[in-house]
Amino acid sequence: MRLRRALIALLAPASALILAVLVSSIAVLLIHQSPLTAFKDMAQFGVRTDSLIFAANEAIPLFVSGLAVAIGFKMGLFNIGVEGQYTLAALLAAYVGAVTPVPGFLRIILILLVAMTVGAAWASVAGILKVTRGVHEVISTIMLNFIAFGFTSYLLAHLLKQQNRPGDFVVKTKEIPSSGLIPSLNGLLRGLGVHPPAGSDLYGFLPLALALGIVYYVLIWRTRFGFDLRASGFNPNASRVSGVDPRSMVLKVMILSGAVAGLVGMPDLFGLYHRYTIDFVAGLGFTGIAVALVGRNHPVGIALAAFLFGFLDRSAQVLDLVGIPKEITIIMRGVIILCVVIAYEVVRRVVQAQEVKAAAERMRQLSEEGQTEPVPA
Amino acid sequence: MSGSVPAVQLEGITKRFPGVVANNRVALEVSPGEVHAIVGENGAGKSTLMKILYGMQRPDEGTIRVNGAEAHFRSPKDAIAAGIGMVHQHFMLADNLTVLENVVLGSEPTLGPVIDFARAKERIKKLSGSYGLPLNPDRLVEDLAVGERQRVEIIKVLYRGARILILDEPTAVLVPSEVDDLFDHLRELKQEGVTVIFISHKLEEVLVLADTITVMRAGRTVATVKPQDVSRRQLAELMVGSELPRPETKESTVRDEVAMSVTALTVRTPGGRVLLDSLSFDIRRGQVVGIAGVEGNGQRELVEAIMGLAPVIEGRIQLGDRDITHWPTRSRREAGIGYIPEDRQDMGLLLPSPLWENAMLGHQTKPPFARGPWIDVAGARDRTRQVVDGFRVATPGVDVPAYALSGGNQQKLIVGREMIAEPLVLIAAQPTRGIDVGAQAAVWDQIRRARKAGLGVLLISADLEELIGLSDALYVIFRGRLVAKLDPQTVTPQELGAYMTGARQEVMEG
Repeated sequence: MRLRRALIALLAPASALILAVLVSSIAVLLIHQSPLTAFKDMAQFGVRTDSLIFAANEAIPLFVSGLAVAIGFKMGLFNIGVEGQYTLAALLAAYVGAVTPVPGFLRIILILLVAMTVGAAWASVAGILKVTRGVHEVISTIMLNFIAFGFTSYLLAHLLKQQNRPGDFVVKTKEIPSSGLIPSLNGLLRGLGVHPPAGSDLYGFLPLALALGIVYYVLIWRTRFGFDLRASGFNPNASRVSGVDPRSMVLKVMILSGAVAGLVGMPDLFGLYHRYTIDFVAGLGFTGIAVALVGRNHPVGIALAAFLFGFLDRSAQVLDLVGIPKEITIIMRGVIILCVVIAYEVVRRVVQAQEVKAAAERMRQLSEEGQTEPVPA
Repeated sequence: MSGSVPAVQLEGITKRFPGVVANNRVALEVSPGEVHAIVGENGAGKSTLMKILYGMQRPDEGTIRVNGAEAHFRSPKDAIAAGIGMVHQHFMLADNLTVLENVVLGSEPTLGPVIDFARAKERIKKLSGSYGLPLNPDRLVEDLAVGERQRVEIIKVLYRGARILILDEPTAVLVPSEVDDLFDHLRELKQEGVTVIFISHKLEEVLVLADTITVMRAGRTVATVKPQDVSRRQLAELMVGSELPRPETKESTVRDEVAMSVTALTVRTPGGRVLLDSLSFDIRRGQVVGIAGVEGNGQRELVEAIMGLAPVIEGRIQLGDRDITHWPTRSRREAGIGYIPEDRQDMGLLLPSPLWENAMLGHQTKPPFARGPWIDVAGARDRTRQVVDGFRVATPGVDVPAYALSGGNQQKLIVGREMIAEPLVLIAAQPTRGIDVGAQAAVWDQIRRARKAGLGVLLISADLEELIGLSDALYVIFRGRLVAKLDPQTVTPQELGAYMTGARQEVMEG
């Protein structure tokens, strides 16, 4: 039974993936190229060690972003503001981390705490607006994104940028000392017999992200708080009647989601940029929504979805070399998202019908054995 | 009448749903121009049979004949074309449109590109005149009372040319005086040669109104009788298939201790309109306090105030000797208020979640469901098994999702989870609405047993029989006020009805 359920759970994403490949094949055919060559090249390029590390590095922040979104989704709350939350959080965390005189290890903690606090604070604005004024969080978080972008640019350009040497026009904060950075995992990889080429460093944030995934799972499925949260998502009326205060729940979940969102920029901050710059990685918050959707708000699903997105992004780089626009993978991404949503709905209905049938069947057996009364239709 | 071709003849109708045979070789014969009642417990297969006759579902086996001709309905459209119309239990009307607009909706008479309202109005007036169904076609539906809305639904069906009318539990939503009106209308329709098929589980009504009664039980038609040949008791026995238990002789279990005390409770809308007007009553331990009233007279607001779901404007609510007026819902539940909500699916269950999570709902802060901040899965499953066994919830296990259970079993699970927590006070809102007779008896039994053990119960119900049978004290609520305190031992349904509709009022002192 459990095995069959797991198989059914896999059926949806697998069929979505196959359908996505078919649709993108048609797109490739339309520009008179061979889809077979395209996918073969992508696969060959994608599984190279440096490609996999690149894909993983891209997947780590997407995973964190997916978790941030999923916390809200689990109770039917849409935090579309992860983008703005992590942008502002990354700037302030990078600045505070660079200028505060604390010893190495503590500096990492300080940066993470600042990032989480800023993300939580920014998200809480939307939460407060919702519980006091009834403003829908989709509207407020989208609006707050724009404010966050503008605020970040202003702070960076006017207050937090470092004095550049003449000729350096990139606006940026002071660099975080290397003692305050999370080292890459390449040492570990070499210990495992994998030898990454030079310039290809697996982000040291990976274990933290995994820990975050585990904390997410335990919180949602094993704690009273998580039960209240899920109950609110399944049936807001029933959860209110059961004693959940919907207002405080909205506020708590928004703050929690924002705190995780604040961490979205951290893998790249520690692993690549080491400071906040005007061209800091963007778009992770929005992609995180898709990742949470494809991953069905489950940490394992979110991890797989994040890696799939990273892998597609990386392996697409090779397409330019064979004369196919790499935007084809953007089509694929879109199709995957659509197909996953459809496939899950179909599977959900099938499973639901089966559950009802199985329950009724089991009841009939029991009543024949005379153990309980028969079930009325 | 005998010897003529039956208006409706069903033979060997069988309809299977996954794991359940809803209709098992059902036979039904309805003579033209009669009122034919179909009675049976919930889940006996009445609704399925009517859906088949109305083309909403197709039978797996069997034949349908309408006026002698074999019919194969693929959709209600086909049934309407054959002259069959159905009035659903839940009205399907657009509140913001007029009666006229609602009636023509979907079959508008046109004059070129525009709707010919004048002609439509003419026809509606003719219909309402000839069938004795008074209606003003220009009124907005939102301004109409429930009984009038039902009339709109009936006109709507007649407008489409129906000569065979199916009414699904038409009296469930009506007050007693409206029921009388409806029966007059139905008799009028019969006079005009309309055939009426009337689904109900209220036996008195059926005995008063019907020319012929068909009884269904467990998916089969078990008997077709004439009302003058059977007593209410015989009919009930046909329905449930065994002799009904005699109502137990009531001995008072009421103790002196007050379990809950409500004093001068007043609730207003944000606009200042009074919803509850200075309500005061006590619930003693071992006492069932019943609240009778037509829906929408403040029952919901009363429950919300007691459960802490809406703020109390004035007044006081005490649980034992604790003032809980301003406590949050969770604290009230933890302090020992159990709650059976009126709408089990909307307010009482997490349908996609397993039973053990549903059994936690409302008790998730306490052992055995929780240990500190953690959920105790093993403890929760154990307790759920106790609920399932103790309250005879028919289920294959505690891991099946709640949607897999039948309505009666879902309700037993809710009643069980509230009872097993041994509350001080139970707020029971429509505790047996929409469940079959067997489950209903089980729920009543549980309430009686808990009452004997000292539970105080606030019972809010639309089922007068339930109220009179269970309550130790009975209040009537009308427009947000308690207008009468009655003795359930001596009160008659007529008396209750008079208070419920505001025809009589009694001065209530504190």
